[in-house]
Order: sequence, then structure tokens, then C-alpha cells
Amino acid sequence: MKPFVIGVGVTKFGELWDISPRNLVKEAVTQALADSGITISEIDAVFVGNMLSGVLGNQENLGALYNDELGLKGVPAFKIEGACASGGLAFHNALNSILANKYKTCLVIGVEKMTDHKPEEITNALMAAAHEEERTAGLTFPGLYAILARAYCKKYKITEKDLASVSVESHYHAALNPKAQFPFKVTLKQVMESNYIADPLKLLECSPISDGAAALIVAGFDGKKMKRGVEVIASEVATDSLGLSGRNDLTTLKSTVLAAKKAYEQAKIVPSDVDVAEVHDCFSIAQVLALEDLGFFKKGTSLKEVIKGKIRLGSGAPVVNPSGGLKACGHPIGASGVKQIVEITIQLRGEAGKRQVEGAKIGLTHNVGGSGAIAIVNLLKI
Amino acid sequence: MLKNVGIVGFGAYLPRNRIKISEIASTWGKKAKDLESALCVQEKTVADFDEDAVTMAVEAGENAISMFGISPEQIEAIYVGSESHPYAVNPSATIIAEALGFDSDYMALDLEFACKAGTGGMQNIAALLEAKIINYGMVIGTDSAQAKPHDILEYTASSGAASFILGSKKEDFLVQLIDFVSYSSDTPDFWRRDGVSYPSHQGRFTGEPAYFTHVIGATHALFKKSKTQASDFDYAVFHMPNGKFPKEAGKRLGFKDKQLEPGLVVSEIGNPYSASSLLGFINLLEQINGEKLILVTSYGSGAGSDSFIFKTTKKLKSARNLKSFKFYLNRKRYISYSTFLKFSKRI
Repeated sequence: MKPFVIGVGVTKFGELWDISPRNLVKEAVTQALADSGITISEIDAVFVGNMLSGVLGNQENLGALYNDELGLKGVPAFKIEGACASGGLAFHNALNSILANKYKTCLVIGVEKMTDHKPEEITNALMAAAHEEERTAGLTFPGLYAILARAYCKKYKITEKDLASVSVESHYHAALNPKAQFPFKVTLKQVMESNYIADPLKLLECSPISDGAAALIVAGFDGKKMKRGVEVIASEVATDSLGLSGRNDLTTLKSTVLAAKKAYEQAKIVPSDVDVAEVHDCFSIAQVLALEDLGFFKKGTSLKEVIKGKIRLGSGAPVVNPSGGLKACGHPIGASGVKQIVEITIQLRGEAGKRQVEGAKIGLTHNVGGSGAIAIVNLLKI
Repeated sequence: MLKNVGIVGFGAYLPRNRIKISEIASTWGKKAKDLESALCVQEKTVADFDEDAVTMAVEAGENAISMFGISPEQIEAIYVGSESHPYAVNPSATIIAEALGFDSDYMALDLEFACKAGTGGMQNIAALLEAKIINYGMVIGTDSAQAKPHDILEYTASSGAASFILGSKKEDFLVQLIDFVSYSSDTPDFWRRDGVSYPSHQGRFTGEPAYFTHVIGATHALFKKSKTQASDFDYAVFHMPNGKFPKEAGKRLGFKDKQLEPGLVVSEIGNPYSASSLLGFINLLEQINGEKLILVTSYGSGAGSDSFIFKTTKKLKSARNLKSFKFYLNRKRYISYSTFLKFSKRI
């Protein structure tokens, strides 16, 4: 039994004040079904990745909710929550159910509606993913990642300007993605002149508050694969301490390292085999850590390569975050992990248009929850 | 189109106190430069310990009466727009009218529609005049604006009042009111529940679906009704929650910077809510002469915009206040953040 992504869909990401979560999901699922060529009656189970519907919208039970909306009454459905990794974990659970021969065809949905709520409510809600000591201390996620950034910059003698260069790359790619929240380029000067959110992280180094949904259909096949199907060759999850105080090293996310190691072993590939990657760049420092923890570059060296344009479309191996990443494509929490797989699927099928990574055969997605408390790495190939 | 309504007197009031954005920013550990450039505001007015929306309205009202030289007993209506009426029950309008020396045969009404209650009052006074129910009416937009400490609003919410006396005799007109429209919808971008000290707002939602949709919607509707366009106007004034929004709205509507600049007062006074666009309008009137066509569009959260076309007359030149907007703008003393807290009764 081999799992294949056979259809994908994604909404525009952004401040979608006039679209409800139900309609966002409907739009993404309609796209995914049309893309797959199957009918909704062929769906055996639904997995919904979402973090904040309960705390922000007082709406849990999303499996039944979206099944009701989609006309899937009677079909098993599950909400999967793992902070910002909720989408990736929903996909992982769908895969496991297929590999266990429980279901054959699964619909994976990632959705989040954030901008209807006040910024302080969202900041507070997101901290539900952190350690209670961190909440008590008044920390926020920009603050937690700023701690990681300070540790990294000190250890490897990195300047704020070096760190800021990551966002320039993200926006370069987002400018080619019509679904991105910020489909435009930014300059290093603009990043450097943007307001501090949590020193040394500036506004243009932080992913935004976003609305959006992504959906995909993953199905198991024996022998032949479905037309345009992209094979999932590994999907691994690892965890670490919930809070930063439980870590020995603040310049790496151990959960990423572990998940990546297992995924590469399972797929029998090495990092240099990856042609295109969507990594979890909720903050500039998160992308830097990801580039190194995933094995693309040695510790402390990734920013030099980023500045040289090595992860940019046309010059990179791998090209990183062709969608614009969480930073520039947007970060509707539960949708991000699913969107990453949607993007890699489109890339491997050679259908990404202006942002197509030429000849991409192997793709990676990397989705993190909290400040590295949980990570999932997926490998896909065409 | 109106035929019988014009402004016959106007007056501004700003409290003496100013607090610099940098002073507030330093209290909260923020970089002043970041906030000044983001908001395009340098400092804001602060009502003194013994000032509120009513006392400031009286000052502005006195200036308007003084300009026209009318006996207060002749004014037959007073509408007061504010979102900081000192009393939930007990009208500001009667306190102000009493202090200004009105007789008892006048209509009095308090209005609330966030930052556009003053312009809403102007529409209602205009309707009474056009219908020949009254001969003179006063409208005041006044606010001692509230903002929660450490909220972004704290950098802009300010204090001030603007008063206009409207009449129906053409020979009195300093400015003729040509026409107006409103554009309203249920858009919950900013609110304050009864008994709650500070307003809540929905962050960036206050921009596109709220301010811009309504300001542009109202102005477009007025363009259509009056068969005009931006280039037909000499000047335009928009509500000023910060320095960026009115410029952006003006740009999208086709106005040039030189049409907007004389009415932009936010960088030095902040946003005195109901008085914001009206103070910008007064500042403009104090600078110009001759027959000029002016567009004024207010915005009130909740939400709605009132858009007006005014035409100044040759008589405007002779109408000048000793206590002008400029007088109040230049009369200032800077206060610390702790004094600001004291004056706003938070400590």
C-alpha cells in the first residue's frame, strides 16, 4: 500500500473578513475534489487540522461540522490539534489510517479564521500552545522565538541584518503566488526599518495573522498510481519539551532534527536529494533553524547561503518556500501544514507556473507546533 | 441640493496640554520613531483635569457666537455630537446652551455616532433650516477621547471641540452648504459598551472594511449626486484617525496633496474623535479667502460617513476669530505621561 496525494486545493490567504470558515473549507475542498477527479462520495474519512476554533470561536467538533457542511454525514471525521503543526498532523493521521488499511481515501482539511478577532485575543489564544510557565511570565510567541534568535545570533555571530535577509527571499517567492497574503517583494532596508515586535525580530520577520483553508485528498494504492498522483514517501513526527526551559540547546529544534532523520531514513534519501521544500518560517529565525536542522546547511552557515540566493527560485537546491512561506504567503495556523503539502504537490506535478522549481522530483514539508515542541516532516516524490 | 443653509459662524477649542508621542512611547518601551512614522502623528492634545466634552464645547461655542455677533437667545437649536458625553443620562446640549446664554425656547439634543456625531448634527440642523423651522442653529462636535493605556489608540486619542452656527439668510453666509449624503452600515470596527471606560477596536479591521469603505463610499455617492469629481474641488477634508488614512482616502478618490494639506491637523493635535474632521475644516476656513469649493467627509465607527459640499463666500475674509484654531494650536504646554494619566483621571 502506497499513499498518494491525488488532489489539492487552497484558498487565498489573508484578511478574509467576508468569508466564513465554512465557506473557506468548501472552496478549498471543491478545488481538491475537482483536481483529484473523484467524487465526494468516495471519501472514506475526514481529518481537520485546526488550532483556534475553540478558544477564539467557541466552536469545536469541527469534524462533524465540516462533514455536515460538505454533505458527508455518516463519514468518520476527526479534528487534529497540534498548535501550528495541526495541519501537518492531520495529514500524518490520514496517512497512518491509510497505511493501516482502515481507510482508502481521506480528505485532509486545514483551516483557520483569525482576523475576525482582536490581536490581543489571538496572541493570548496562540499562547495556549506554550508552556504554562511561559504564559505566566508574560511571554508571547514572538518573544519565545526572539529568545531563540538571540541565542543563535550570539553563538554564530550573526547580525540583525543577516537575519532580516530571510524575509526578502520569502517575499520574492510570494510575489509569484497569487494566493499569498503579501504577493509583493520587500527590500532588506524595508525589513530592517520595520518596527520591532520582540527584539531582534522585526515586523517583517514575523508571519502574519491570517485566514485561509487548504485541502487535499490522499489515497492508498496497490501497484498502479492514480493520474497526477504524488507519492508520500515518508511522514514522521517528533516532539520535544513544551517550553524553552526544557531544552539543552536553543540554537536547534530537536523535534525537527529527529523527525527529519527518521523521514530521510524511511525514504532512503539524504537532504541534498530534496529539490524543493516548504519549511516552517513563522519567524525569520525559525526558517534559519529549519534550514540547518533539516540538514540543508551546516549549523551557523545557512544565512550566508540565503544571502547568496541559494534558496531562491532558479538558483537553489533546494528551493525553499516557493509559496512565500508562512511569512509572506500567510499563516492561518491550522491551514499552513496542509498548504505546504498542496504547494509541494503542485511543484512536483510541474504546475506551479511562474514559481515552478524546474525538474523538481522530491519535495519536503516541515511543520512545527509551538516553539519546537512538535514537528512533522513529510517527503513526497513524483 | 440645499438652498437655504450656510455657516454664519464657527469656533474651535483645543486644550493647552500636549503630550508627545515620544513620551507615551518611552513609557511603554516603544520606539517613538516607529510610531510617529506609522501614525504620522507627533503630539496630541490632552484635556486638563477640569475639562471635559462639555467645557470644551462651551469654549468653541463662545468663539462661534463671537464670530457671528449673534445674541445667543436667537439660536433655536443646539445639537452636540460626542462619544464622551460626561453623563449617560443628562444632556450635554442643555448644559452647554445654558452656559452660552441660550433662552429656553430651543431644541437640544445629544448625538452619538463615534467620530461622526458632529457632522450628523450638522445634517439635522441643516434640515431644520432648509425646512424653515428655525432661523439659526448650533452644532458642536466635541470629545475628550478615551483610550486604554498601552492600546495603539493611546497615541492618537485626543481632545478638542468645533462649533458651527448655521443660518438661512444668504447675506450672512460665510460658507454655503450645498449638499450632503451619508453612507452607513453595521460594521463593528470600534465600540464602547455602556459603563466601560475604554473603547475596543478590531485592529486592522478598522481600515479597509470600515474607514475606507465608508469614507470612499460616502464621497463617491456625493460625487454622483452632485455630478462632481475630485478635481472640481479646491480642498478636501477627511476624518483623521491618524495621518495616513485621510491621505490614502484622498489619493484613492483622486485628490492631490495640495487639496488635502490645509485641512490635515492630526499630526499636531491627534484625533479628537467627533471634532476631528470639523477642526480640520475650521483650520482650512481660517486660511482661505474667496469662493472655494470644499468637500468634507467624516467617519464614525459602527459605521458611517457623512460627506458635504461647501462653498465659501467673499464674506469669509471678514470673519476671523481672535481665538482661532491657530491660536489654540500654538498655545501649548507639554506634559509628562504621569500628568497625562492624572488629567485623564486614571491615577
